Amino acid sequence: MDLLGLLDFLIPTTGAGKAILAAILLGAGSGLLGSFVVLRRMALMGDAISHAVLPGVVAGLIYSPERSPVFIFLCAVAAGLLGAGLVRAMMATTRLKSDTALGIVLAFFFAFGIMWQSRNQESTAGVMNFLFGNIGAINTDDLRMMMLATVLLCTVVFILKRPLLEVSFDEGFSRGLGYPVRVLNAVFYFLLTFSVVVALQAVGVVLVSAMLITPAAAAYLLTDRFGKMLVLSMAFGVFSGVVGGVVSASVNGMPTGPVITLAATLVFALTYFLAPQHGVMAKVLRQAKRRRRVHRENTLKAIYQIQEASGFSHEDVDLIDLAQKRRNTEDHARKECAALLRHDFIELSDDGNAVSLTTSGWKRAMEMVRNHRLWELYLTNEANYADDHVHEDAEKIEHILGANTVKQLEQDLDFPELDPHGKPIPQPQLVAPPIA
Amino acid sequence: MAIALETHDLTVTYHKRPVLYGIDVVVPEGSLVGIVGPNGAGKSTLIKSIMGVVPSSGGWVKVFGKPLKENLHRVGYVPQRESVDWDFPVTVMDVALMGTYGRLGLFRRPGKAEKQKAKEALEKVGMLPYANRQIGNLSGGQQQRVFLARALAQDSDLYLMDEPFAGVDAATEAAIIELLKEMRERGKTVLVVHHDLQSASEYFDKLLLLNMRLVAFGDVKDVFTPELLQKTYGGRLTILSEVADRAAKF
Repeated sequence: MDLLGLLDFLIPTTGAGKAILAAILLGAGSGLLGSFVVLRRMALMGDAISHAVLPGVVAGLIYSPERSPVFIFLCAVAAGLLGAGLVRAMMATTRLKSDTALGIVLAFFFAFGIMWQSRNQESTAGVMNFLFGNIGAINTDDLRMMMLATVLLCTVVFILKRPLLEVSFDEGFSRGLGYPVRVLNAVFYFLLTFSVVVALQAVGVVLVSAMLITPAAAAYLLTDRFGKMLVLSMAFGVFSGVVGGVVSASVNGMPTGPVITLAATLVFALTYFLAPQHGVMAKVLRQAKRRRRVHRENTLKAIYQIQEASGFSHEDVDLIDLAQKRRNTEDHARKECAALLRHDFIELSDDGNAVSLTTSGWKRAMEMVRNHRLWELYLTNEANYADDHVHEDAEKIEHILGANTVKQLEQDLDFPELDPHGKPIPQPQLVAPPIA
Repeated sequence: MAIALETHDLTVTYHKRPVLYGIDVVVPEGSLVGIVGPNGAGKSTLIKSIMGVVPSSGGWVKVFGKPLKENLHRVGYVPQRESVDWDFPVTVMDVALMGTYGRLGLFRRPGKAEKQKAKEALEKVGMLPYANRQIGNLSGGQQQRVFLARALAQDSDLYLMDEPFAGVDAATEAAIIELLKEMRERGKTVLVVHHDLQSASEYFDKLLLLNMRLVAFGDVKDVFTPELLQKTYGGRLTILSEVADRAAKF
């Protein structure tokens, strides 16, 4: 037991201090392993292992009268690994897929654990703490075990980070590298079970998998770098652990596991909505921006077409004509023009009832019309579309063609001058605007 | 001429169903080989079983005269692009660096030399400018180039590639075939699973015609014949697949 006492100087004497240390340990451990769980799409496996440890906990409580944390820990780990092994075995020997195998094992181990506990109520008095989590019940002995396990966990992941990542990313290639893939996968299952058991007493069997998944998922939405994901995931894990621990220790009737899980979910919800790249809000904003651009470009195109129809004889286009072309009211046309005005694509006439394109407005309008007609021509000539089938498609494509694609199209079509309907294809890069 | 790869009676079964029957092939060093055959002929399975990614149920594989395990560092493997999750939080550079992991073993970290090697490999496939991008933000052709860069960074002598031309743009296809030819000039041996029969005769020196068993292996001019192609593609191999069905149910 000397090994267990090594880190004693870190253990606080107050109850609150102990709770916070426990929260930090469990948050760090499950955050770390959770990153791998999320990337390997093994969220359900985490859930199955956490339920599968219950019979181990019950065995530990029954057969260790002095309630030795080491003994309970080892029994729980053994049960968890047995569960994971059973799942693998079922998948290897039958046509059952992983989710089904996981579902069966999870339910069986949990049911067996509950039944065994019910028949030994006296010797398993503390089992509720393991089921739903109670950070206040964690004592110095438990903390020693948790610390040792967390240190072990972090050390192994630190040393084997690259191979573990590699096996998670591309197992076939890892074999080609000469990595011992089976051993690495076994190490991973060990570590996963360790992290589950570390978090067990604070969060409880039922919710411990949330600590594996939720912080790591939040981190995954925030970054595209694995290193950062590990750090963020651990930070979120620690944060939810500490918040949950403190709240449940200081407020009556606040069970630890659920509060920690809710804290983790809160962090996740924030990133789900607000993450700069992969968040929902960013997506909505990007889409809205794109829609506004398409709208502007369509208005510009309409102005160009009105000009074209009149043989580019007038500098101004009446808002009424624009409204007619856009099949909407004058007020609507005015609104559309306000957006163009903000981007300096048009100028308003003195009386405010007509608009004229600026140089940049002409350029953009010509680009849109060119893209549209080029694409129509491409579809009819190269893809054998009938010429009355191409307009709808070109209406969308004109906004997304890049400069390189346009060049390629022009080359493939041998620098065409007319579209399939006989209208001239503008050349904004060569020819000055018809009216400047 | 020295022998790069030799398989003897290589047999593979999936869930008791035989998918490859007794493949005997001797590939000389410096050849550029296309593996062709119809869907379900076992093309990918062949190179996976050579790599040991899929266990073989019989026969053996030798690489440069030794069992694969002893010469694994001389073999580079390019899996199918679909075999990985491209949302994985790694960069183009990270993936290229993975090619150097084999020599590093489990514990050593990649240093300057490895990073240089990864950079050179990326440059060769034209992906160096994208080195810091997350791999999900690439086109299919670019992703395939990254996979090739990873294999180049392995600095192997024998390469096994699983459908490197699948779903890539014309420019990438041309760049890849250029690269393969250059590798051959440098004495590398390359085996490529290929889908398109027409271009196969232009791209490769030798063809391996496969349909559950080896139909023919040799120089393009010798094996790209109507009779052999008919044998490879024409009709199902009724007896072989019937026996395979029975074996699976047995």
